[in-house]
Amino acid sequence: MHWLFEPGFFSSGPVHVALVIGGVSGVVSALVGVFTVVRGQAFGGHALTDVSTAGGSGALLLGLTPLTGFVAGGLLGGAAMEALGTEHERGRDVATGIVLGAATGLAALFLYLDATSGATSGTAQQVLFGSIFVVQSSILPAVVVLAALTVALVAALYRPLVLSTVSPEIAAARGVRVRLIGVLYMAALAMSVGLSSLTIGTVLSTALLIGPPAAALQITRSMGRALLAAALIGVATTWLGVLLSYDSFDWGSSHEAMPVSFFVVALVFAAYLAAGVSRRRPARLRDAEVR
Amino acid sequence: MSTHQHGSEVLHLEGIDVWFGERHILDSVSFAIQPGEFTGLIGANGAGKTTLFRVILGLQRPSAGTVHIEPDASGHRSVGYVPQKTHLARDIPLRARDLVALGIDGHRLGLPRRSSARTRAVDEMLDAVDARRFANARVGELSGGEQQRVLIAHALISRPRLLLLDEPLANLDLGSVEEMIRLIDRIVREQDVAVLLSAHEMNPLLPVMDRIAYIAGGRVASGTTEEVVRPSVLSGLYGHHVDVVRVHGRVLVVAGPGSHDEEHLASDAAHVFP
Ligand SMILES: Nc1ncnc2c1ncn2[C@@H]1O[C@H](COP(=O)(O)OP(=O)(O)OP(=O)(O)O)[C@@H](O)[C@H]1O
Ligand SMILES: [Mg+2]
Repeated sequence: MHWLFEPGFFSSGPVHVALVIGGVSGVVSALVGVFTVVRGQAFGGHALTDVSTAGGSGALLLGLTPLTGFVAGGLLGGAAMEALGTEHERGRDVATGIVLGAATGLAALFLYLDATSGATSGTAQQVLFGSIFVVQSSILPAVVVLAALTVALVAALYRPLVLSTVSPEIAAARGVRVRLIGVLYMAALAMSVGLSSLTIGTVLSTALLIGPPAAALQITRSMGRALLAAALIGVATTWLGVLLSYDSFDWGSSHEAMPVSFFVVALVFAAYLAAGVSRRRPARLRDAEVR
Repeated sequence: MSTHQHGSEVLHLEGIDVWFGERHILDSVSFAIQPGEFTGLIGANGAGKTTLFRVILGLQRPSAGTVHIEPDASGHRSVGYVPQKTHLARDIPLRARDLVALGIDGHRLGLPRRSSARTRAVDEMLDAVDARRFANARVGELSGGEQQRVLIAHALISRPRLLLLDEPLANLDLGSVEEMIRLIDRIVREQDVAVLLSAHEMNPLLPVMDRIAYIAGGRVASGTTEEVVRPSVLSGLYGHHVDVVRVHGRVLVVAGPGSHDEEHLASDAAHVFP
């Protein structure tokens, strides 16, 4: 197995931290993302990553950890989208677009200021493309707590969230406060985007949010299985991405590791294609398996 | 409200008024539904049927009037509801049985529960609407009529005393309309639930309706078909003279002389009132 696990992989401190953060954010993104995909909120999820960019780069300006900024930015952005959006789908889309635009502008300003202030080198790189190998292990408790809170929130919302996704009308008639459930779900989404921004950066966290769930949804037909499959794909792609990035250090003569983000996103895309292929098997076969 | 006065009614509407801006959509609507009755809410497009359902469900606040829903033995005011246009997305990972199970407690916080008693209840409900065949299919991949059955099962599994069905016959072909009506009629008897079903067309429902609530001009006339579907009553609703013609066991409501619709009647059956 030496060709796969380079010497030192399992004993390296940064690798341990990367595996924990990567695994945790892979699972959380996947679980939250199943609902994002099913609710047709991929655009909203993507907008939140831009808000996170502004938050993360702003946090660095203030001398805070990017994670704080990612999450705070996401929550504020989600709230802004909800406040601006009307009940109509089109209104939501427009509100999302407006928040996205404003956030991108802010991010551009903050990243410029980060770069010119010269306090931290490689800030933009860190925020946009992740910093999984350089994060301090002291952040682990915060990551784990945030992940647990996000999963707990989604678990608490589960049934009314599914019902209002199926039909807001039926849910409302059953006494579900559809709007409130939607807002709380946005909060969970913002927290999960914050986590994945830390792993693979804000630019690519959409891939982790949408990719594994989209793959899982192609090969499953019940919610429970979709969540399980998405989580497995999320963990597998991030861990494998970390491993390949570590290995890539020795691939060329330059001895520069290729970014984790690239590998994760490539693997997610491969998983999506593979799921698409397996779905094209005759329906009869799949039916037989379900029973 | 004087509960004892209509204690045996599952639903009692009194003087419901709904305005949208300047438009008076529902004008002092009053009627009641007795337990286990099949009532057809008949009216043209835009007559206010969906609005009336939303008022009953508490989703639309009327500007005047009261809605009384008789609580069941356990004190719940549960009303089953299948909305008019329920678009079930193809990619929702939900099997028919999952959607029916959500009818039990889908409005509560937390993760779904699993137990053999629940599975049995879901299976029973699926049987009641002849949906057992596609119990494990994704709801988004079912046909319109099949989805309708699953949604009815979803609405019924919590054992409401009143079931509201908003145009369940739209988008069904003629054969399926008859099949669906027979199914709903059977459900009314077997599950002992009162049904208020909206439709444009009363004729397919004539054999099964216990009562009719005819809605036009924002007002509702209710009673047996003999009581309601009469020129004097319907002319009052429409605000001009209409005739009721009975041919080949069908009832046609047609505008009489002097109405705006007169010119269409000779050639175009679509302008016959519902
Ligand atoms: N939220 C609203 N705001 C303004 N007008 C409304 C609203 N909801 C309904 N209306 C109007 O009220 C009228 C009654 O609408 P409703 O949906 O109740 O009719 P309907 O009888 O269900 O019609 P259909 O058979 O086409 O479903 C329509 O003219 C509609 O345009
Ligand atoms: Mg309607």
